[in-house]
Amino acid sequence: MKNSKTSKLKLVYLFFAAAVLAGVLTSCEKAVAAKEQPEKMKVYGESEAELTAPPMVPRPVGKRAATKLVVNMEVVEKEMEMSDGVSYVYWTFDGTVPGSFIRTRVGDEIEFHLKNHPDSKLPHNIDLHAVTGPGGGAESSFVAPGHEAVFTFKTMNPGLYVYHCATAPVGMHIANGMYGLILVEPEGGLEPVDKEYYVMQGDFYTEGENGERGLQAFSMEKAVDEDADYVVFNGKVGGLTGDNALTAKVGETVRLFVGNGGPNLVSSFHVIGEIFDKVHVEGGAMINENVQTTLIPAGGAAIVEFKVDVPGNLVLVDHSIFRAFNKGALGILKVEGEENEKVWGGKIAENVYNPGTTASAEVTEEAETAQVSEASLAEKMERGKQVYTQNCLACHQATGAGIPNAFPPLANSDYLNADVHRAIEVVKFGLSGEVEVNGNIYNSAMPKQNISDEDVAAVLTYVYNNWGNNKTEVTTEMVKSRK
Amino acid sequence: MKSLIRLAICFTVLIQSQLYGQSDSMVEIEGGEFVPLYGTKTEIPVGDFLMDVYPVTNAQFQKFVKENPQWKRSKVKKLFADENYLKDWKDDETLGEDQFEDAPVTNVSWYAAKNYCECQGKRLPTVDEWEYVAMANKEKADAREEKSYNRFILGWYETPNTYKNRIGQTFKNYWGVYDLHGLVWEWTLDFNSVLITGESRQDSTGENNLFCGAAAVGATDLMNYAAFMRYAFRGSMKAKYSIKNLGFRCVQDVKPEAL
Repeated sequence: MKNSKTSKLKLVYLFFAAAVLAGVLTSCEKAVAAKEQPEKMKVYGESEAELTAPPMVPRPVGKRAATKLVVNMEVVEKEMEMSDGVSYVYWTFDGTVPGSFIRTRVGDEIEFHLKNHPDSKLPHNIDLHAVTGPGGGAESSFVAPGHEAVFTFKTMNPGLYVYHCATAPVGMHIANGMYGLILVEPEGGLEPVDKEYYVMQGDFYTEGENGERGLQAFSMEKAVDEDADYVVFNGKVGGLTGDNALTAKVGETVRLFVGNGGPNLVSSFHVIGEIFDKVHVEGGAMINENVQTTLIPAGGAAIVEFKVDVPGNLVLVDHSIFRAFNKGALGILKVEGEENEKVWGGKIAENVYNPGTTASAEVTEEAETAQVSEASLAEKMERGKQVYTQNCLACHQATGAGIPNAFPPLANSDYLNADVHRAIEVVKFGLSGEVEVNGNIYNSAMPKQNISDEDVAAVLTYVYNNWGNNKTEVTTEMVKSRK
Repeated sequence: MKSLIRLAICFTVLIQSQLYGQSDSMVEIEGGEFVPLYGTKTEIPVGDFLMDVYPVTNAQFQKFVKENPQWKRSKVKKLFADENYLKDWKDDETLGEDQFEDAPVTNVSWYAAKNYCECQGKRLPTVDEWEYVAMANKEKADAREEKSYNRFILGWYETPNTYKNRIGQTFKNYWGVYDLHGLVWEWTLDFNSVLITGESRQDSTGENNLFCGAAAVGATDLMNYAAFMRYAFRGSMKAKYSIKNLGFRCVQDVKPEAL
């Protein structure tokens, strides 16, 4: 009896010891697991997430521990400018396109409050690609006007993710501007850099053609056909040029968080005059180096980093290039600082090149036509239109409206109408430096146009006799006289 | 005792509405069959009924609230209306400063709308009834394939704050009904019976076949887009919700003896 009691007691001790040992083992395992399994990461404290409108991004997470982060976001439907004289009813997260930038770290517990403004016509929701769960949160966040939906999730995978509205019809909600980026930094944060910016591309489909003035309605037909009227950075033509241009100083490292909301087009993201030192491919963990152009899928993102070595304007484009020069996908990163001739020598000479032979028969033709009498106004107008289409339209646009802050307008242009001889020289010899056109300052370069004097006369006559200009007829003689 | 009085008032209104309710304020809708956006390809029958020509106005609802004080903003049960109920009214019985008497009443819950119609001896239309009448443009009973019809609706969806407008300023449709499109959303009796979950993409692919085919919207079935948004809107509703852009109108069954 007693024996059995002691053996029982022994058994209990043994069991107890085993349990303690097991406890130690499992808690040790837990500590290891937490690093690899974000779901086991503990959160410390609670705070409201700092949200920023593009092109700014919130402060880096740095070394902070995982925390409970409250995100407050409001859906607003409102009319904003798409381009000069063109407006559009955007559907937005927080009143901007793209919506506010959300910055988190892996292991954070997000409590997401999605509020739909009472003036909204429609219900909306949010699908965050950073969410592991049904619909990326879409189902749980479906919210009627004048109401709020709250849902929670844990950030499991570091990376740069797109979020967007996923309410029926999904394509239309995205096409109207309902997208943005959420960054999940790895433990310890991304490596610090000097400048960080938020850029997001999107394509827009309007009832009127590109440039048609007034309030433009969404065109479902064009959206289905993937026939975009506007392809832009940060919600509108000129979203990143002029006063909205990004800035950096020579020697700084710039990090761009680049997203593509779509709804349809895939971006060939490129910065003219730079090479990406690093690209977090598709916003994930893989890093590629020395990249010229990176592909950003619709509903995808990339982090690009580069050190700016010389001053000047770097041009952000979708290198599917007609989108840049004709549909608006163009932005400027203005770099200021000391020249560095070791990196960029600049133009050091301009010489005459005369190989002594002709490459084609054109020159002889020119010589012949030179002897022919001056063309009629009608002929010049017709020829001028062709020349314009081939040489000028990409920058100055079909309507002569130019592109705000990048290429000056030729329509109703005070600069043009003031001095025809100056205009001839600009076409013949090019122009660089600051000019003021219709009250706006432009500071970019126009190359000299390699076209015959007859064509210069024709194209200028075409321009002067269109778009409200002063109807000057430019003759070949006038062109020849400017040397 | 109080509730008895209320009931009595409700009945008085009911009798009055029976007397002249069907005159010029309602029009007869001849039933028929139609294929709604959701569901199978089979046709849904809709019987004959009468429908209000206009949505219920601020003035009409103001009268209703005065006669049925349980629907006053301060008295309404939280279960029957959320905090947005009649939010823009100055007080329990006074309209807000920028609200027209003949603008549609909005910020009313489904319970309030339903009771209003019942007190008139009417009821809310079903989704099928509402959609059936709303297929019409000026000339045709079913204009859903007309480009201009769809453009008008989509255009309205993108125009902010139309709830402030007066009734009767949009077009009079084939049946003689105004404002089904272009003014406010409208409550229906079974607004939530077609379940669009918050995850609209699943509705078209998952096991529920409500939207079979509708997800692969081609250029030919653009008409679905406008209707799609209405179903999405209804799907986001709860009966106690009160929304700025949401009003209602009533319908009435055609009495056998009236035929």
